[in-house]
Amino acid sequence: MSSNGPAGSAAASKREFPVLLPRDPTITLLTVLILVTIMIFSFLTPSRFLSGDTARAMAFQMPELGILSLAMMIPLMSGGLNLAIIATANLCALVMAGILTHLLPSGSSFPIAGAILIALLAGMGTAFLVGFLTGVVVAFFGVHPILVTLGTMTLVKGISVVTTSGTVIGGFPSAILYLGNGTVFGIPVSLILFLVCAGVVGVILAHAPFGVSLRLIGSNERATRYSGVPTEWVLVGVYVFSSLLCWVAALVMMARFNSASAGYAESYLLITILAAVLGGVDPFGGFGRVLGLVLSLILLQLISTGFNLLGFSPYLTAAIWGATMILAIAIALVRDNWLSWLKLRK
Amino acid sequence: MRNFFRGLFRRHDIQIGLIIVIMATFFSILSPGFLTPGNLLGLLESYSVSAIMAAGLLVVLISGGIDISFAAIAGVTQFLTATILVKFGGNWFTAFALAGLFGALLGVINALLIHYLRAISVIITISTMTFYFSMLMFVTQGRSIYNLPDWFTNKIEVLSIPFPVMVAAVVLLTTLLLLSRLTIGRLIYGLGGNPEAAKRMGCHVGGLRCFVYGYSGFMGAVAGIVQAHRVEEVVPNALMGRELDVLAAVVLGGASLAGGVGTVSGTILGIVLLAMLQNGLTLIGVSSYSFGAVTGLVILVSVSATAYTAKRQQKRSLRHVI
Repeated sequence: MSSNGPAGSAAASKREFPVLLPRDPTITLLTVLILVTIMIFSFLTPSRFLSGDTARAMAFQMPELGILSLAMMIPLMSGGLNLAIIATANLCALVMAGILTHLLPSGSSFPIAGAILIALLAGMGTAFLVGFLTGVVVAFFGVHPILVTLGTMTLVKGISVVTTSGTVIGGFPSAILYLGNGTVFGIPVSLILFLVCAGVVGVILAHAPFGVSLRLIGSNERATRYSGVPTEWVLVGVYVFSSLLCWVAALVMMARFNSASAGYAESYLLITILAAVLGGVDPFGGFGRVLGLVLSLILLQLISTGFNLLGFSPYLTAAIWGATMILAIAIALVRDNWLSWLKLRK
Repeated sequence: MRNFFRGLFRRHDIQIGLIIVIMATFFSILSPGFLTPGNLLGLLESYSVSAIMAAGLLVVLISGGIDISFAAIAGVTQFLTATILVKFGGNWFTAFALAGLFGALLGVINALLIHYLRAISVIITISTMTFYFSMLMFVTQGRSIYNLPDWFTNKIEVLSIPFPVMVAAVVLLTTLLLLSRLTIGRLIYGLGGNPEAAKRMGCHVGGLRCFVYGYSGFMGAVAGIVQAHRVEEVVPNALMGRELDVLAAVVLGGASLAGGVGTVSGTILGIVLLAMLQNGLTLIGVSSYSFGAVTGLVILVSVSATAYTAKRQQKRSLRHVI
């Protein structure tokens, strides 16, 4: 035991700055990839890539995909998946948009703050309901999350389409628009919202009992149940949490487009999975860090902005996102093989 | 006798078949136009593309993987084949041979990535789907091909059965033979049921995966050609978004995402169920906007019921053991 003492304390002192000195290989890899991307693009477009305008444009574009990716990350960590995130966000946006435009037609005397509060609560309630339904079917019926969320996605989107007949609802008070287009000290409000969400998710996953049980379920659900964790209710919580993040994303989306519809942002669905897995979230569940997700989002955004500046079509950017994903998996595999080879030689 | 019936009703395809019969009765009472040969043939014709894709996806699901990229592969091969046919001419044989070759190739790329990167198939096929589809949109700039040759777009009928239905029938029969009569079919069930056991038995996992994903890509390509023949044009994003519908149909038909389980008959029933639902709703005058909500509800109820009965049976068999 005494021989373990010094080694243990050394390990502990190394872990004192986990954010400054990440020993996570995924995070190192992503940091290197980000630096390489920045170097390549600032070489190709010398004056424009490293400018305040580019940074501002990126800061406005990232939060939407970012919050949706967080909503995807939580079920992924529990060993599941939520294909209904976009549909949920759109339904929440439509509910809020419907209430706002009903209560506040031009010239109405209804207090604006009251209308916004009612809309926010209704949106939150919608998100809670969708998440609760998904969670109950996943947890208590034992259906594979891909199937359940495929069903809820079709159902929720169907409800949005039926109620709006495919139309767009637009025209919101300025307080809502501020969330998407306003800035505080030059930082976009939507970016602040994203960072707050990322922080909350990060702290919950790393330290809260709910987050720990969630990761344990992702590693081994049966063992977690036998150790006394009410896994069913934790899973319900996972999908409710994911849906509530969709509600925040819905707010940002409404504010940025100044409208809501059943069909917005659908191309983001698979990109959120890509972002999460690129950020080191294990698709089998159990492992992953919010810092990795944020770094992978920055990398994807850098690639997209850089190619945009070079005048490439957005489709080419999406193709390169797909290729980046495969490249990252390949690099990680080569690195692991190399590390185990080094260990064998010792 | 009672046990016989009880066993029969516990079979998934029988349950789905019963639901279909009940639904067909319901719709034919409400709408006299439902159970007419014309309507049923039209229904089969419009869902033949999904059925062809479903055959490919079924094989992948049985092998324990999943393929999200077949609709993107269909789009890519449709475009490549149409370009070649317009430029150099050809016939039905060259059309299917070219498309099949491209499709199988793209599918094998999926398999090689999954096998050699040791990655989970959802992630790889999502990445390749994004890649294939974006490259297609980038190259075509979203433009459609309208000047397809006449022999390609002319409607073919044998005994008043339209061409797409014939192709779908051939594809489903081939898949049935493959899965139930050939050694490789048993190996695919084995790989999906227990990969480790299959490996120890000496099954060549990499080669089998190449076959399975190549088959799915091939079927995607065939579906793409049939779709182009049906609508007489090639639109790059026409088939996108189809992958999740087809997945829903195959899963309704009893295939499991865990692998090792699934039948061609179940898949056909899954496709027929979704097709009949949408067609019947249209005929009794329900707005097409409500399809999504109803389809979603059917998927949710069906998968929950299946999982719930499975759970109960498991508990019952455990009780027998104790």
